[in-house]
Amino acid sequence: MNAIDPNVAADASAFTDYLGRHERKSLLRFLTCGSVDDGKSTLIGRLLYDSKLLFEDQLLSLEKDSRKHGTVGDDIDLALLVDGLEAEREQGITIDVAYRFFSTDKRKFIVADTPGHEQYTRNMATGASTSDLAVILIDARRGVLTQTRRHSFIVSLVGIRHVVLAVNKIDLVDFSQAVFEDIVAEYRAFAADLGFETLTAIPLSARYGDNVLERSARIPWYTGPTLVEHLETVAVDDDASERAFRLPVQWVNRPNLDFRGFSGTIVSGTVRRGDAVVVAKSGRTSTVKSIVTFDGELAAASAGEAVTLTLTDEIDISRGDVLSAATERPEVSDQFAAHLIWMADEPLLPGRPYLLKIGARQVTAQVTAIRHKIDVNTGGELPAKSLALNEVGITNLSLSEPVAFDPYAVNRETGAFIIIDRLSNLTVGAGMIDHGLRRAGNIHWQALDVDKRARALAKGQKPAVVWFTGLSGAGKSTIANLVEKKLTALGRHAYILDGDNVRHGLNRDLGFSDADRVENIRRVAETAKLFVDAGLIVLVSFISPFRAERQLARELVEEGEFVEVFVDTPLDIAEARDPKGLYAKARTGEIARFTGISSPYEMPEHPELHLDTTLAAADLLAERVVAHLQEVGIVPGGEVSI
Amino acid sequence: MSQDRLTHLKRLEAESIHIIREVAAEFRNPVMLYSIGKDSSVMLRLALKAFYPGKLPFPLLHVDTTWKFREMIAFRDATMKQEGLDLLVHTNQDGIAAGITPFTHGSSVYTSIMKTEALKQALTAHGFDAAFGGARRDEEKSRAKERVFSFRTDTHAWDPKNQRPELWRLYNSRVRPGESIRVFPLSNWTELDIWQYILLEKIPIVPLYFSAERPVVNRGGQWIMVDDHRLPLEPGETPELRRVRFRTLGCYPLTAAVESDAATLPEIVREMLIARTSERSGRLIDHDDAASMEKKKREGYF
Repeated sequence: MNAIDPNVAADASAFTDYLGRHERKSLLRFLTCGSVDDGKSTLIGRLLYDSKLLFEDQLLSLEKDSRKHGTVGDDIDLALLVDGLEAEREQGITIDVAYRFFSTDKRKFIVADTPGHEQYTRNMATGASTSDLAVILIDARRGVLTQTRRHSFIVSLVGIRHVVLAVNKIDLVDFSQAVFEDIVAEYRAFAADLGFETLTAIPLSARYGDNVLERSARIPWYTGPTLVEHLETVAVDDDASERAFRLPVQWVNRPNLDFRGFSGTIVSGTVRRGDAVVVAKSGRTSTVKSIVTFDGELAAASAGEAVTLTLTDEIDISRGDVLSAATERPEVSDQFAAHLIWMADEPLLPGRPYLLKIGARQVTAQVTAIRHKIDVNTGGELPAKSLALNEVGITNLSLSEPVAFDPYAVNRETGAFIIIDRLSNLTVGAGMIDHGLRRAGNIHWQALDVDKRARALAKGQKPAVVWFTGLSGAGKSTIANLVEKKLTALGRHAYILDGDNVRHGLNRDLGFSDADRVENIRRVAETAKLFVDAGLIVLVSFISPFRAERQLARELVEEGEFVEVFVDTPLDIAEARDPKGLYAKARTGEIARFTGISSPYEMPEHPELHLDTTLAAADLLAERVVAHLQEVGIVPGGEVSI
Repeated sequence: MSQDRLTHLKRLEAESIHIIREVAAEFRNPVMLYSIGKDSSVMLRLALKAFYPGKLPFPLLHVDTTWKFREMIAFRDATMKQEGLDLLVHTNQDGIAAGITPFTHGSSVYTSIMKTEALKQALTAHGFDAAFGGARRDEEKSRAKERVFSFRTDTHAWDPKNQRPELWRLYNSRVRPGESIRVFPLSNWTELDIWQYILLEKIPIVPLYFSAERPVVNRGGQWIMVDDHRLPLEPGETPELRRVRFRTLGCYPLTAAVESDAATLPEIVREMLIARTSERSGRLIDHDDAASMEKKKREGYF
């Protein structure tokens, strides 16, 4: 393997050959997965150890660590080689993905060592997303377990089509052929629906090295390849360069006025000078003028290459656009159905605006429906209103603008996306597109002759949403009512959407779970938007505890049409007022999930108005709201004295 | 087979270029750390490739402890001039004023003040929201788990248990003001890959990597080069000329040489392949605990 035969090293021309072989070898990325204690880390440690990739000082520190943390008595504990983080060494479990490297004359390997513990399933999906093959470990003594099924399901979900079933610890079942064959038969029956193109079962012992690199004399009944032999030769060819050409534009390269190039990595297909290409989203076409690289121009380039294209026409292309073969275009839609793996402690809330990154494009997106979630242990469908950490759901998504994509089953590169929480900035979900939803194409906006501007002019005001947020009992509705009276007195046309009233009608099907609260606000925000279109000043009086939903409401209307008013009353004062007796019920537990008591309230960070109800009376605060509306030109000014 | 159509080096190169372009496009104010070593040389070449025929859309930053080998500084300045690059050099002036040297304060205090603190000062002063580093996952155990985009808090701290999942080649570049991302485009390269790429691409590297007669003293079984008069000689210690080279470059009092006759790139690669000592053992700072690197990284070391 990487360590070199001293005779080759000594002979200059043999050494040149050796270097040449290593320059020309290919790359295989695979992941290892299995249950806790199946021996994943030991297997990778074995691969490194047997390939003589360990240097003397690493061996010394391994021996030292083995004495301190080892779990195999006086032997060297190979797992310690790969269990990198301190916490893991102490707890004896792998809690994060580790990437390891080894190579043979034929291939270089990148191994993702992924956790077996249930709560870290998201890391397994992470490791699988960049792998072409999975090695699924099974402890020969324990056979196919629930976790084996779960990991196989995720491997299949993430689109891996080549699997090695490594039946480990075969030494502990006396190298029994019957045990091996029973396990393989059970696994094959279970995996029949998972779409694997190759499934190779190998009996081995990672701890003693049987059938890892060297053929085991102790398993004479097995005549197939060793693990390394198989990995060296397995064809995971997915014809990436034969498929439709796709290049997501990462960077517009414009060093001077004479050069305008579009840089990115070709994710599938081949492009040649003179090919017709199309910008998927706009439908504009052009022809490839040149394929530019630092090492010279190319006549053609294929999947996996990072290049810069110039085109014969000046067409509008920016980062995030996808250059495609003109004859085989990707789908373009702002709605699609997708498998979604949820990766955050905070559950997925349908209706909440998240960021979605696909290729080089980032847009705002909402999950509009969870059709069902999937029991990853059985493959069964379960109803769901939200997705928790490590849950997988079939979802519909709606995006702020159309994007180009292919179904994930057709193209893993243009069919994958991640979901990012807009406030925490964490990566909270990973998605695989099933298909576009045509609904978007069939509902066209009705163009009306009388528009928002005309309606607003007729009323002599600028329509807007004045959004009052704050705890229950803070005084939102009291102030909003006073504002409406004052505006009406000024001859303006306002309308109040009040939390309690809306819940009696439009939203009476909704409860107080986080998911329902989000949907509650989404409907109100959409209603407010329609009223703004009608030319009204809409006074929305809702607790609206989550920043993300208030942000959604803000983004639904135009810049300057949204005024967030934080009605700030400390919890103890609101609770002391308790006009509807709700706090008392919340404290006794009669009302669950009550904002401020058993459900969070996220204070506005930059409200247009901050009203402290402990400093002024409601009427004065209402005056301040009206004055602000005059200042910003929503209401014609001058007639109100403060 | 299409996956065999591209060599592993071509695939690694393309992956790194993709990462570098992504950072330039998504961050407001990125910077590339340039340590003058072989990995930095490869990373710089990849960056030049990523934006060719344009120029680098970000500056380079060298954290100068003032204890680098003189040949490193000469190489750095020549490279910047030849490629027409924008280089920022930062030294922790507080450390200089306090008289911090590798001899007076020991390697760990010195490294913390003149490298880790200095780096944080520079990142904060310039308001960089992304910093490229040349670290590889094969170097060391805790690095094997590092993300390509590695999130740092506004105090530059790394929380290994709270890393963002990283899927496909979709990198999350979202940060709040003051927070930043350390980006490692060479994550999936091994030491052999780096050397083969240097060989294949004819990338210039600091001559210290090649064997030559150099003045050295032997300390604790390691050869330390007497690069200038600031190295305090112990009683009875006289520098001697030996044919040595460096497998890794850093501050000269903390970087041990190895005896070697390897004077060409193929000889270096050959020597590396039959070496019995791993790369970082030449760096004296790693010699404490196996967990020492993880501790340093949590505190902001690259």
